[in-house]
Amino acid sequence: MAFRSTKSLLVLSFSILTMLFSNNLLAQDSTQNNTTTTTEAHEEEFNVTETILGHIRDDHSWHLCGHTSLPLPVILYTDKGIECFSSSNLMDEHHHQKAFQGKYYTYQSFKGKIKVINEDGSINDQLTANVWDFSITKNVAALFISMAILILVFVTVANTYKKRGITSAPKGLQSFMEPIIFFVRDEVAKPNIGHHYAKYMPFILTIFFIILINNYLGMIPFFPGGSNVSGNIAFTLALAIIVFIVVNIKGNKSYWEHIFWMPGMNIGMKLFLAPIEVIGVLARPISLTIRLFANVTAGHILVLSLICLIFIFKTVFASAISVPFAVFIGLIESLVAFLQAYIFALLAAMYIGMAIEEHHPKGDHDPHYNE
Amino acid sequence: MLLEINPLALPDIGLLFWNIVAFIVLFFVLKKMAWKPILKAIKTREDGIDEALSKAEKVKAEMAQLANENEALLQKAREERAVLIRDAKEQSDKMIAEAKEKAKSEYDRIVADAQVAINQQKNAALTDVKNQVGALVIEISEKILKRELNNKAEQENYIKQLAEEVKLN
Repeated sequence: MAFRSTKSLLVLSFSILTMLFSNNLLAQDSTQNNTTTTTEAHEEEFNVTETILGHIRDDHSWHLCGHTSLPLPVILYTDKGIECFSSSNLMDEHHHQKAFQGKYYTYQSFKGKIKVINEDGSINDQLTANVWDFSITKNVAALFISMAILILVFVTVANTYKKRGITSAPKGLQSFMEPIIFFVRDEVAKPNIGHHYAKYMPFILTIFFIILINNYLGMIPFFPGGSNVSGNIAFTLALAIIVFIVVNIKGNKSYWEHIFWMPGMNIGMKLFLAPIEVIGVLARPISLTIRLFANVTAGHILVLSLICLIFIFKTVFASAISVPFAVFIGLIESLVAFLQAYIFALLAAMYIGMAIEEHHPKGDHDPHYNE
Repeated sequence: MLLEINPLALPDIGLLFWNIVAFIVLFFVLKKMAWKPILKAIKTREDGIDEALSKAEKVKAEMAQLANENEALLQKAREERAVLIRDAKEQSDKMIAEAKEKAKSEYDRIVADAQVAINQQKNAALTDVKNQVGALVIEISEKILKRELNNKAEQENYIKQLAEEVKLN
């Protein structure tokens, strides 16, 4: 546990460092770009940060290979109404961003974010703030694909049970998935949720498998992988919010009592502990969000950085070092992919277990600070 | 604001929305179509295995008990046999002893009877001898008295002759 937390701390600090560092570069870069765009630099300077961030961030079209992209629907909720158009409108034939005259405003994509622009091409921040982007972006599309895969796989497995009967030994896909389901049940749900674990099994299993499949799909560099779903903070935040809501809806009287009015303490201690406990409750979804996001993103950044070494040194011999290292990091990433799905599911199960735990009147009074 | 600066750490509202919607849809679809049947099947199978195991255990215990019972029965039979053999032996010994006893008493009785008979005959014979000796003495005395006791030598010859004549038969 200590090792794991140290590791995630390291990863987190590394990713934050990378991000801060990249921002400086980005800022420099954008100022440079403004000056160079007018002179039309054909020989584009290789920009490491931009390349890596371009691979990691969400986008409105799905880049397949070379100059072919899969256009995706853009859905914008503006103050004048809903606007839908294809993302191919936002790109010219050279795969550069261009402005698109929509129904209400003129839009252009800047680093994966759609902005409203004025007639002279500058960004109108005021109007942009009014436009809400509900597009089916690359990540959303990848999420739908992963959903489809999950549904296909597990409905097939479920049907196998019906077809082959429950007494016969599992076979094929069923025998591959069954140990994982057993693992989630016996290692994650049962020991942490306790007696009523069966009720929460579908929830824990869904969380575990959606993280797992997106972690693995994120490691595949081409379609249908290649999108960074589980390394996107919106994805992890969504899951953390759902866990937070479930935990607090299912929380019983003793759970709330242990937060606001710690039993077995004197009144001063009770008043002292209440805000700490409240912070603890609110910190849980944040820690869930950042842990998964940072772990997955850090892995991707590492692999991409190593590959970028070849372009930085502008020699193919750099691959002799960077490729083995990238493979090594990839192996670690595949371990982390499973580990993070496990940890997320484990923590979700622990929080649920804490919320529904039935305390005996003279039993355990420790405040369960767990993070 | 820090979140504004970091493009990676800024959650997109649209993405967040789609993620939540997708998760909820996925959860309910999988729950209904996959997790429920899978978990139910696994549970049923595990229960079946547990039941089979406990049944096997029970049967094993029963078998052990049966074996025990058999052993006990065998032991009992052995004991009974031993008792029977011992009884029979005792019985036969007793019979032999009785028979011996009886034979001995019969023999004693016969010997005693024989002795009594012998004694009687002996007494009878002695009485007879006594009577005959008495009669013989009287007869010889008569004859002696009848003859004249003149010659001493003759007398003695005569007594000899008489004595020779007497045959104690």
